Amino acid sequence: MIPAVAQQIWCVAALLGTTALAIASSRSRRSTALVYGATFAISLVALAGALFSLIARTGATELTLPIGLPWLGSHFRLDALAAFFLVVVNLGAAAASLYGLGYGSHESMPQRILPFFPAFLAGMNLVVLADDAFTYLLCWEFMSLASWALVMAHHREPDNARAGYVYLVMASFGTLALLLAFGLLSGAGGGYGFAAIRSAQHTPSEAALVLALMLLGAGSKAGLVPLHVWLPLAHPAAPSHVSALMSGVMTKVAIYGFIRVVFDLLGPPSWSAGVVVLILGGATAVIGILYALMENDLKRLLAYSTIENIGVIFTSLGLALAFQANGFGLAAALAFTASLFHVLNHSFFKSLLFFGAGAVLTSTGERDMEKLGGLIHRMPLTSFVFLVGCVAISALPPFNGFVSEWLIFQAVLQSPDLPQWVLKIMVPAVGALLALAAALAAACFVKAFGITFLGRARSPAAEAAGEVDRYSLAAMFSLAALCFLAGILPGLVIDALSPVAQAVIGHRMPVQANDAWLSIVPIEESRSSYNGLLVFAFITAAASLAVYFIHRFASRAIRRGPAWGCGFADPTPAAQYSGASFVQPIRRVFGTLVFQAREHVDMPAPGDLRPARFKVDMHDLVWERLYTPLTEAVWFLADRLNQLQFLTIRRYLSLVFATLVTLLLVLAIWS
Amino acid sequence: MHNLAFDIAHLLAGGLVLISFMMLYQDRLYALLNIFALHAVVLAASVAWQAFIQNAPHLYVTAAIALVFKAIVIPVALHRIIKQLGIHRDIETAVSIGPTMLAGMGLVALSMVLMLRVTGAADPLAREDLAFALSVVLLGLLVMVTRRNAVSQVVGFMSLENGLVLAATGAKGMPLVVEISVAFSILIAFIVIGVFLFRIRERFDTVDVGALDEFRGERR
Amino acid sequence: MVVISDIFVQLGQMALVLLLAPLLTGVVRKIKARLLRRRGPSIFQPYRDLLRLLRKEVVLAENASWLFRVTPYVTFAAIWVAAALVPTFASGLEFNWSADLIAIVALLGSARFFLALAGMDVGTSFGGIGSSREVMIAALAEPAMLLMVFCVALIAGSTQLSTVATFMASSEVGLRVSLGMAMIALIMVALAENARIPVDNPATHLELTMVHEAMILEYSGRHLAMIEFGAFLKLLLYVSLIICVFFPWQITTEGAGPLSYLVSVAAYIFKLAVASLLLAVFETATAKMRVFRVPEFLGAALMLGLLGTLLRFVSRGF
Repeated sequence: MIPAVAQQIWCVAALLGTTALAIASSRSRRSTALVYGATFAISLVALAGALFSLIARTGATELTLPIGLPWLGSHFRLDALAAFFLVVVNLGAAAASLYGLGYGSHESMPQRILPFFPAFLAGMNLVVLADDAFTYLLCWEFMSLASWALVMAHHREPDNARAGYVYLVMASFGTLALLLAFGLLSGAGGGYGFAAIRSAQHTPSEAALVLALMLLGAGSKAGLVPLHVWLPLAHPAAPSHVSALMSGVMTKVAIYGFIRVVFDLLGPPSWSAGVVVLILGGATAVIGILYALMENDLKRLLAYSTIENIGVIFTSLGLALAFQANGFGLAAALAFTASLFHVLNHSFFKSLLFFGAGAVLTSTGERDMEKLGGLIHRMPLTSFVFLVGCVAISALPPFNGFVSEWLIFQAVLQSPDLPQWVLKIMVPAVGALLALAAALAAACFVKAFGITFLGRARSPAAEAAGEVDRYSLAAMFSLAALCFLAGILPGLVIDALSPVAQAVIGHRMPVQANDAWLSIVPIEESRSSYNGLLVFAFITAAASLAVYFIHRFASRAIRRGPAWGCGFADPTPAAQYSGASFVQPIRRVFGTLVFQAREHVDMPAPGDLRPARFKVDMHDLVWERLYTPLTEAVWFLADRLNQLQFLTIRRYLSLVFATLVTLLLVLAIWS
Repeated sequence: MHNLAFDIAHLLAGGLVLISFMMLYQDRLYALLNIFALHAVVLAASVAWQAFIQNAPHLYVTAAIALVFKAIVIPVALHRIIKQLGIHRDIETAVSIGPTMLAGMGLVALSMVLMLRVTGAADPLAREDLAFALSVVLLGLLVMVTRRNAVSQVVGFMSLENGLVLAATGAKGMPLVVEISVAFSILIAFIVIGVFLFRIRERFDTVDVGALDEFRGERR
Repeated sequence: MVVISDIFVQLGQMALVLLLAPLLTGVVRKIKARLLRRRGPSIFQPYRDLLRLLRKEVVLAENASWLFRVTPYVTFAAIWVAAALVPTFASGLEFNWSADLIAIVALLGSARFFLALAGMDVGTSFGGIGSSREVMIAALAEPAMLLMVFCVALIAGSTQLSTVATFMASSEVGLRVSLGMAMIALIMVALAENARIPVDNPATHLELTMVHEAMILEYSGRHLAMIEFGAFLKLLLYVSLIICVFFPWQITTEGAGPLSYLVSVAAYIFKLAVASLLLAVFETATAKMRVFRVPEFLGAALMLGLLGTLLRFVSRGF
């Protein structure tokens, strides 16, 4: 029997083979089905392997391939943490491939996507498997470039070129930060293997610097505020199944990198690391969801909501760091498990929602919610699964999003045990931010579903929509089912995650499988417990009881008539509430501070025939305050350096000479 | 018994912080004055309770001063000033209420962290009193900073002084003489500010202190 | 044996909240009317309204979808389950363990989520305005509620309502300023969530001022009855929650005899009566505020919750 890690590497090789196949068969009309079919099958095999090694607790397996740096080779390792993230990656990959089987047939230029899709999957798998710094960075860059190519697939659409450019700049910047972080970690001796790094001693200042660099590197890929700017541009620009992968899975690979370095390689954390991560996470959650609320492009809304969820995950990781630093193993395990649970959940529902957005896009050609509406009548199945996704992401019981939020809140409630006053007071405040983010997320997805699917059609395209193909529906329905199952049987998920927590934190949550009625009990029953199954059963029973009694004993008559609307019949669908008007109250409450939103009303005097105008000014402060000055500075410097191109030969020579002398001087002073 | 004594002291001091927040929230002048009177009443009760549990009769005097001057005389006087001057009864806030409250929360958290960390070894009663007192002082400053109206700045200043008194009584240190002189200096400050108010009003027809900046030519 | 009797008590509690909910609303309306020197309808009028609505046919807007027809039952069921999980007269029941305070908040969130969607389903402006304002209120009320939960849970060391009630009934709690703040925060949230004055006016028929009523404007017949019933239950739930967390005297714990259950039920009903009197007096004495004052009101509740949580650290035992 070949070891688990080799099995995964074979899968990666098969994915790379599929890339070759895609290039070879790019002229064929069958290539779409061929490529997605192949990636679907390979992902399922890889998923099965990863799931098996996670649940069967096979222990870590290693593999060294003689490629890469000659004296180092490429190390790969499959432990519990990697196995969990492989499950996330390959589950998302399988769903996206299945979806792609249907969605890909609408593609106008499949040859711009097909070769890169398997390569992207291979890149994500490899990052998770890598076990030395060199391989890790190489695979990371491979993943970034493959996804960049996918973002640029529709490069002729107006905003996509800019999206690709910003993405490329931010990705290079992130890799630079990671490069420096690994450089620091491996030290002067150059122990690039993760095992060597793990066993090395790191000074506190080194550890703090590595943490900061990881927050920059992994954080920019994951979408931490203020490094998130590329994400809402790039994720929506890609084809929808790739958007799903980027939002649902690639951000998770970034989180994997963060966990691997900060929890695993860096040794015992300091509590101030927890403070930094907590603040960043809480701010990211709230700001991300506020951006999402203001957005009227369905896919960009989803991308911003990804930022929110990344914030939630980082908050929980920050809690885990704080508990871990103080030696509260159980609480740290709880917070860590909660964040992994949320990673899993987010990959489920965000992929599902992007698939739904893609279905709407294929069926209507619109991403702008203000031109949609009424799709629930024309796409009943899509709207049903999209609704499931919306409920799940809004953290409402009995779906999975609620369970992970609930676990995070339980971890927050462990905070009074912490000895540091700063943490004691900050953790509940961050909990408040999370609560605010969760409530705003619910509002955001009421808007997303309500404007897109409910009401009356706002454009002819929405009027003419139809249901999507069966492959897409199958992908969406399987993810919706997973959302539901993870929501009502959370104990199983927690138990499956326990080896990861055991390996990374050194502790695990109590075994949940033995609890009565399949409840989950994070600490002990008198503190808190939750039972998704029973809650679901109660709701179903209560609703069916009500339906039965009313239909049996009271009335069941229905008459269809025109809408009442207080007798004020709206003549056109344009008079409905739009996305922008829906969020107007929330914009008034939060927007004046966060977006510096100002409303201008131009109301003509009576008798004046001009139309009244209403205008809202909003500012993206992150762009204006951070990136615009930065780009201006870069432009300025570039302008200055540009002059170097137009010197005489004598000046060039003197420059070279000056450099040489300076270097010699440095040498003379130093040694 | 000791627990109950502690709980009541704690309740009163916490109530003082809460009332400081109500001042931040309030945007009408008369209501602000009433809340300030309430602030003084709670302060008096808190001081009297400290006098009772510490067996310190001179603190009763402090309580009485707080009750008479701050809860009755000054609010009534301010009421009359507002009426005489015909001051606009809405307070113009320089920063809107939401961010102000957030800033207030931040200040309370800050004073908790500071005080509880610094006074680790002290008697728990003095500890929490000091933490609360610092919050009240900072919140009073915040009221002064975020309000444009001179009357509400006076109120902010007075509530700040209440915080000082709370700190002094909790720490079992301030002698009566100092307390009385502080009370009188506050009174004098009040009179000065009152006269000042009349002067601004005469000259600029408003008590918005922004008018002073304009006069100096700092704002266009 | 114990399990079976527990299940009976649990079922009894579910039935009790169902029976009492319209009565509570009726009593509040009656007291309000008397305070205004009107005679007011009988306290049983809400039951009659429900029955009348149930017997009527449903007039459904032409483009209403399945979601519109499912929502009344979903919201009703979610609120009913949440209400049944709050200990009213007995704590420590078999199913109290299945959801804690956070889950109850989230269940109410589910109900509101669907109701807000249903408001947008038909595509009229009124439905949209109602949903939009409702989610704005919820976006502030829910965090305020959760902070209140944090505050209480940090003091009681549990989010489990039964444990909280037992802890609060014990003598070691004493007077705590954080608890007082949490209570005020909870009351403010309860006023907002139940669309009471000063946040919303349950009796208004001026379309532009209403929030909750605008959202459910298109509903009629049995659907409307379900939604109204849900609203009654929600009011009862919040009152029970306040009672259970802050005034948990005479709540029977596990394994007590039938007599003690009777005493607790009587005590519960008495507490409800007091609460309805206070609510009616408060509502009569205050005026409804502008919609854009509501965020400040709820922001104050949020701040109170946070302040309570912070002040908790300086109270006894730390």
